[in-house]
Order: sequence, then structure tokens, then C-alpha cells
Amino acid sequence: MAKKKESKQKKMNTRVDFTPMVDMMMLLITFFMLCTTLSKPSAMQLTMPSNDQKLTDEEKSVTKASHTITIYLGSNDKIYYVAGIPQYDNPECVKETTWGKDGIRSVLIKHTTEEGINPVARIMKAKQDLDARKTAPGSTMTEEQYNKELDELRKGNINGEKIPTLTIIIKPLDTASYNNMVEALDEMQICSIGKYVIDKITPDDEKLLSLKGIK
Amino acid sequence: MGKIKIQKKDIWIDMTPMSDVMTLLLCFFMLTSTFLQPEPIQVNTPSSVSEVKVPENDVLNILVGNDGKIFIGTENKNNMNAMLQTIADKFGLSFNSAQLKNFSQESMVGAPISALGDYLSLEKEQMAEAIKTLGIPTDSIDGGMSEFQEWVKAAREANPDMTIAIKCDAKTPYKVVKTMMSELQDMNENRYRLITNLKQGEE
Repeated sequence: MAKKKESKQKKMNTRVDFTPMVDMMMLLITFFMLCTTLSKPSAMQLTMPSNDQKLTDEEKSVTKASHTITIYLGSNDKIYYVAGIPQYDNPECVKETTWGKDGIRSVLIKHTTEEGINPVARIMKAKQDLDARKTAPGSTMTEEQYNKELDELRKGNINGEKIPTLTIIIKPLDTASYNNMVEALDEMQICSIGKYVIDKITPDDEKLLSLKGIK
Repeated sequence: MGKIKIQKKDIWIDMTPMSDVMTLLLCFFMLTSTFLQPEPIQVNTPSSVSEVKVPENDVLNILVGNDGKIFIGTENKNNMNAMLQTIADKFGLSFNSAQLKNFSQESMVGAPISALGDYLSLEKEQMAEAIKTLGIPTDSIDGGMSEFQEWVKAAREANPDMTIAIKCDAKTPYKVVKTMMSELQDMNENRYRLITNLKQGEE
């Protein structure tokens, strides 16, 4: 009898049932998955001009007319631009364009300055080269070096040659949406434009736009 | 006639590898997770190609809804309490312990100063409802600074290294954004981060 009992004990199954544990893990994982933000939101750096009235006109940098483009953002996602300094008595200088690659971006890229060059196209080309060098196999370029070179490009220094850069003035109307503003800033980033500013609509602008029938 | 013998098989499945994987996943999620801060209102941010990340600490969040309501907050509770203290001193308010406790559970402030006391006395469920109809006003008080500016100033005093992060709904009219930004500019706060979603596949 005693012998029989012993042999029975040896056969006992020592397997542990993991199913409840797995169930619990599943629940915990679901909980954490729902409560987390895996991808952190990206952000856009924006520096606004100071409201300080003490700055005189001389201190503000003056740019040549052919180096300036003014962009007006209207209601219903409309976008208009003026190449050069706006002529406030001539509504014909305001042209309508569209968002995206074939609209405002091609306007910026094709803009020719009085020196007869297309600065945006040149800078974008140089940036592509820079990107290619950074991602090339065996490249040892650090993030810091890359950013430094990119800054130089935005200032118009391409391989030791200094080219004039564009200054973009973005003027959103009150009826424009925040989305339009971000999209406009986005274009600046895509086109590697170093100098851009968001400015308020002046009474002169208002007059010009109402002549053109823009709300 | 012999019956077809159905073989009795052991249908035990070994769960050990599965629980191994699960544990790994669980550890991963626990370590990488940062909990979502509850926001008073739902905001759909616009998309951009910018890949700059928002810093984790020392961020002053300004939330703007599509109807122009403004909320303000920071993730550091000590700074939040310091902000409330500054505001309370300035406007001669005092709060009891229940109100202070309610405040410390909030992630963002969004009540005009006149309504702040009443708002903080509400029950927790009512607070979530009430905050949606409030918002910090940007009208200047007697020609001086607006309540919104006072809050930003208080936040600056609590922590001078704060970066301003603006989270705005894509449909917000620019008028609201302009008012808010020009108030910030008046205080010489000229650098912001605009929080956006990453846009995919356009170059």
C-alpha cells in the first residue's frame, strides 16, 4: 500500500496554469496602451517681432523690393500674394494663388530677384545636397554640424558664395483660420526661408484688399 | 463493428512563452508611457512638417479652443500653486482648503478671476462641464494688463525658464490668435512653440 502511494505522488503534474496571469497582463497592457501618448506632438518654433514702439524704422532692417513677397491669408482658405512692395493704389499687384506645391510654393521658388537669380530654388537645391551628404553611407555629420550648415544656407551663404535671400511677410486677415497660418509657416520651412515675419494688417492693406474685393 | 476510437489528446497549451511576451510588452509600455494630461476641451491641432519636439518640463501650455476660449496650465503642480497664489494676492482672493484641493487636481486654469472661487467650489463632475463654458478673458482690466497676461506673468514669476507652447485648434479664427499673441508680445514674450501634428509624406 505504502509503495503504491509513493508512485502516485511521482506522477503528479507540476504544470501551473498561466491563463489567469495572461488575462491580467492583457488587461494591464490594454490599460497602458490606451493611456499613453507614444508619439509626442511636434512643435514649430515661432519668433514674433517685438511690439516695442521704441524701435525706429532705421533699426528695422530694410530689404529691396524685389527681395520681398507679401502673403495675405483670407477667409475660406484663400491665399493672395504681392511680389515686391505692395502698391497701395494698384489692386492689380495682388494675385491669388492656391495652397501647396503648385500654388504658393512654386510662386516662391520661381520668384526672381533683380539680380536675376531664384534664391529659393538655389537654397532648396543646396539643402537637398546637404541632406544627401548627411544621409550618405559613412557620413559622420552630426546633428549640430547639420544645423549649423542649414543656418548658413538660410542666410544665403552657399559654398562660400553669398546670394540675396527673400523676406516673406505673412499677413493673415482676421477671417483667416489658425490652420492657414500654420500652413503658411510650413511653406517657409519647406522652402528653407530664413527671414519671414507675421505682421498685422495695416489700414493701407485693408484699403488695397477691399479694392480687390477680398474679405 | 468496432467503433472509431477517438484518441484522447491532451489539449493543454503552454502559456509560458505568451506570458513572457506579455511581460515584455507590459514593461515597455510602463516605461515609455507618459500619461495624457486631461485637457478641458478637445483641440485638433493643424499638421506641419516641423519635427521639433516639445520639451518635457518647464512648459507653459496655452490652449485655445475653436470658439476662442483660452486655458492656461503647466505640468508642474508647484508652479501651478505658485501662480494661483500670485493671482490671489493680486486680486485679494482667498481660497479654503477644499477649493485649493480642487485646484491641485486641475491640469489647467480656465476661469475668469471673478468666477474662479465659485468654479473651484463645484463638484468634480460639474467642474469638467463648467470649464468648457468659461475661459480666461483677454480684455484689459481698466486699461492695464488683462487676466490672461496676469496669469502668464504669474507663471513667469513661478518659473523664469518656462517655454510657451501654444496649442490651438485648426479652425480657430486668426482674430483670436492675433489678440492672444499681441498680448504676449506686449509682455515681451516673443518666442513660442506652436504645437502641431506631424504631417506625413509631403516634401
